[in-house]
Amino acid sequence: MAHAHAGGQQQAVAAHVEGQQHPIGIYLKIWGLLFVLSTASYLVDYFHFQGYLRWFLIIVFMLLKAGLIVAVFMHMLWERLAMVYAILVPTVLLMVLLGIGALEADYTFLTRGVFFLKGLL
Amino acid sequence: MTQGTRATAAEPLPLAEGIHGIVSDWSSDQRAFKNVPWGKAMMWIFLLSDTFIFSSFLISYMTVRMSTTDAWPNPSEVFALVLFGKKIPLILIAIMTFVLISSSGTMAMAVNFGYRKDRVKTFVLLLVTAALGATFVGMQAFEWTKLIVDEGIRPWGNPLGAAQFGSTFFMITGFHGTHVSIGVIFLIIVAIKVIRGDLDHERPGFMTGRKGKYEMVEIMGLYWHFVDLVWVFIFAVFYLW
Repeated sequence: MAHAHAGGQQQAVAAHVEGQQHPIGIYLKIWGLLFVLSTASYLVDYFHFQGYLRWFLIIVFMLLKAGLIVAVFMHMLWERLAMVYAILVPTVLLMVLLGIGALEADYTFLTRGVFFLKGLL
Repeated sequence: MTQGTRATAAEPLPLAEGIHGIVSDWSSDQRAFKNVPWGKAMMWIFLLSDTFIFSSFLISYMTVRMSTTDAWPNPSEVFALVLFGKKIPLILIAIMTFVLISSSGTMAMAVNFGYRKDRVKTFVLLLVTAALGATFVGMQAFEWTKLIVDEGIRPWGNPLGAAQFGSTFFMITGFHGTHVSIGVIFLIIVAIKVIRGDLDHERPGFMTGRKGKYEMVEIMGLYWHFVDLVWVFIFAVFYLW
């Protein structure tokens, strides 16, 4: 656009307002890949995979899909590291919450089991 | 990394890359997030906080599901539909997933055409995204109706098993559906701005003096992709567990 030049190069350079421009092809490829991964995770349920295999496949497909969306669709792949780390590193804290939740749940399950067993005796 | 290498007289020293870049960006004057408009940085920070909200829901769900002594209703059967005289497990959720992923694809294309200043294509793609989002919400309304009316599932209990199924289901999908609905409204507003040429002519918005710019479409896109991202996790841990 003409006004980008008329408005002075200085402003454009300072803010880098050109934004994220990438070939359309990469979006279409990622889109296709997301469809494939979604189909795959649906098939995990459809074919009744159970146990560790089910968990492994579900988690792998989930993380792959999440990674593709964040990296390409949300342009994290092309952002500066200061930005990427500021957003992605805090989410690691959630692993702590996940661990605490799992420990607590196991304990609650145990005490409930003991309680209901006593009722039966 | 691939951008910002234009050599002009006004450009300051090139930015450092890697770990050096992080240190120099954070210790620099005025702004830590270089090459990122502040609106986009703020959207990212909002999305980070939203990540914690949804994660709290999902982790609470995990905790109650692991600790209940009642049998958990099988999502594969609860969300099955009878299509063409055959009962297909989880098919409704699968279709919803594909609808949302398609909307993410059209959104990414809208952002791309926005930066190319292709007003009509951006407008159409934004509207398609909004339509797919509305379809998703419609299917969710159908799903809720089926569960509440036909299956008798309530937040405080259900005839299929663990009472926690209803409470976590309505909480998590309700919160996600609200996000999608707000996103659809947001998309329509941005689409109108695009087709009116507000972004080309840098007109300020209704409630702000901030000039319209095509980076708005990308910021909108970040929100929309986030909604899709959350669904990826809900789909995996709620429906496939």
